[in-house]
Amino acid sequence: MEQIPTGDESRTEAWREAFEATPERDVPFTTLSGTPVEPLYTEDDLTADSAEQIGLPGQYPFTRGVYPSMYRGRLWTMRQFAGFGSAEETNERFHYLLDHGQTGLSTAFDMPSLMGHDSDSPLSLGEVGREGVAVDTVEDMTTLYKGIDLGEVSVSMTINAPAAIMLAYYVVAAEREGVPPQQLAGTIQADILKEYIAQKEWCFPIDPAMRIMGDMIEWCSQEMPRWHPVSISGYHIREAGSTAAQELAFTLKDGLTYVEQAVERGLDVDDFAPRLSFFFNAQIDFFEEIAKYRAARRIWARELKETFGAKNPKSWLMRFHTQTAGVSLTAQQPLNNVVRTAIEALAGVLGGTQSLHTNSYDEALALPTEDAVRLALRTQQIIADETGAASTIDPLGGSYFVEALTDKIEAEAYEYFKKIDELGGMVASVKANYPQREIADASYELQREIDSGRRVVVGVNAYVEGDDAQTSLHRSDPEMERGQVDRLNAVRAGRDAGAVEASLVKLREAAAQERANLMPLLLDCTRTDASEGEIVQALQDVFGSYTESPVF
Amino acid sequence: MPRTVPKMSASSPTQKIRVVVAKPGLDGHDRGAKIIARALRDAGMEVIYTGLHQTPEQIVETVVQEDADAVGLSILSGAHMTLVPKIVEMLREQGIDDVVVTVGGTIPADDIPQLKELGVAAVFTPGAPTQEIIDFLISAVGDRAPR
Repeated sequence: MEQIPTGDESRTEAWREAFEATPERDVPFTTLSGTPVEPLYTEDDLTADSAEQIGLPGQYPFTRGVYPSMYRGRLWTMRQFAGFGSAEETNERFHYLLDHGQTGLSTAFDMPSLMGHDSDSPLSLGEVGREGVAVDTVEDMTTLYKGIDLGEVSVSMTINAPAAIMLAYYVVAAEREGVPPQQLAGTIQADILKEYIAQKEWCFPIDPAMRIMGDMIEWCSQEMPRWHPVSISGYHIREAGSTAAQELAFTLKDGLTYVEQAVERGLDVDDFAPRLSFFFNAQIDFFEEIAKYRAARRIWARELKETFGAKNPKSWLMRFHTQTAGVSLTAQQPLNNVVRTAIEALAGVLGGTQSLHTNSYDEALALPTEDAVRLALRTQQIIADETGAASTIDPLGGSYFVEALTDKIEAEAYEYFKKIDELGGMVASVKANYPQREIADASYELQREIDSGRRVVVGVNAYVEGDDAQTSLHRSDPEMERGQVDRLNAVRAGRDAGAVEASLVKLREAAAQERANLMPLLLDCTRTDASEGEIVQALQDVFGSYTESPVF
Repeated sequence: MPRTVPKMSASSPTQKIRVVVAKPGLDGHDRGAKIIARALRDAGMEVIYTGLHQTPEQIVETVVQEDADAVGLSILSGAHMTLVPKIVEMLREQGIDDVVVTVGGTIPADDIPQLKELGVAAVFTPGAPTQEIIDFLISAVGDRAPR
């Protein structure tokens, strides 16, 4: 792209001479992702079409934000992710958060639920209710949202491989309360490709997993107009050690792959694209993160409009949730994490996020305590109400540095798109371990920088004295696991075993037919009180399971 | 970018140390395990990475089959007080008492003395430098009774 002449080259020259007269500090002037950073950015770093590429909020290509009014109209949704122990305990935490001013709910499931195992499976031992809430049957789902009006609240569920099953549980739980699916609002993560890339919680091989996801998206586009059936997630890709550009590129490419699949199924892109949403990480490199979100909006708008021919402007909008980086938290001097999280959260806000989760400072040590969670929420409230960051739209728009970084990350993402296309697309790339290998390499490089002391992590490899703060930690209730198994057994004892078996037989039959949509059958299984493990097993009878060949 | 390849200490044993890096349980957080596996490999050790979602039985079997000198268990799910005792006990049942067992991950400080009592040689929490882990393994494996 052609550069705009500044007409004042002698001034720039004079600055450069003066700048070079002073020795620089001996530190790597690179972003967290390793991108070199210039000492100064000027008008020369803008391109001939910068005005068009930057644009205005609410206008194509949406670099400055998806809505014309952004936070002047409405603040981002403060959505703290919560889930631990039993459905009853998590329900209490939900009520606590709503009472303290939280505006949406976000549910974390435990590892057995994420992997499709019942709480009484030998594989679940020690993991029930540990990292999230244990949900085995529709009964647990009902308890989880007790006392909350499902027709009113917006609910987010972080579950992927068994997402279609959990959605069926949610729909049936609401049905039993008299709320039809048309009224339910919220998001289910259901982003299966990033499971194989980064989060590594799977139930089935990639191809049938893509089919189940497609079935769910198709069903939602017909039955759940207020539901976001997938949240395309870079969060876990970044947590696994990717660079900012990798997070952006792999996530957007996953999203484009889902769009492609839905279009292949005969859906009109404008029927479902407006309900796709994204989920990104907010790492500690402030400007790089802001540039990442801005580039993401621009790429998504361009691809949906130009490549997929979407006509509805809502299809072009990349709306996203942000969570501060768990991996940036340190076990050493944990109070420092309050500061890290505040800076990361501010990056999300200046990047134009639609909703935000701030991590608690004690999360490198254990699940967060209630006090730590409240402090994390307060961090968002201070940004919203005290700092003035929400008073004007895209305050960093037009910053030479931020615009140059935005262009750079965008270009890097297109380089990755090209490589992925050469490998035959995202599904083929994932099967070939391509993104997995790129991430492993990036995370190893970063670790070496930290180990060598070239990259400073305060309290870890520098300024290490004074790590004596006593932090009180959340302890899981050891009786919890037994209680959950008892509840599951009570559900099993009280249901019509013949009806359960009949529903699972039908599910297996449908799974074996490629064209059948599994969603209605999952709802039928749920209505008989079939457990998650039983449903997953029935599907695995047909689809098999998945084993990774790890790269490191 | 400066490359700082972790080095074996001067007292490197001539025989390569064989280490199993294992991910017990259901959590998929494998960033740490993979970084450690690679760092140990770059330091000249023979590394066997089990991959994810391993049962205690599978891990013990790998340790036996690979005739490992050490096993590193990476757990970030909070299930360490269930999984580690099981693995240690099963190793003992197999008559294996000379394999150095280490644990890495989000392990609350209060749990570390208990894990050590069980026979875990060291616990590495987030932020532990890879060189520290390498040095520890070299010295712990070297200190064992000759096999």
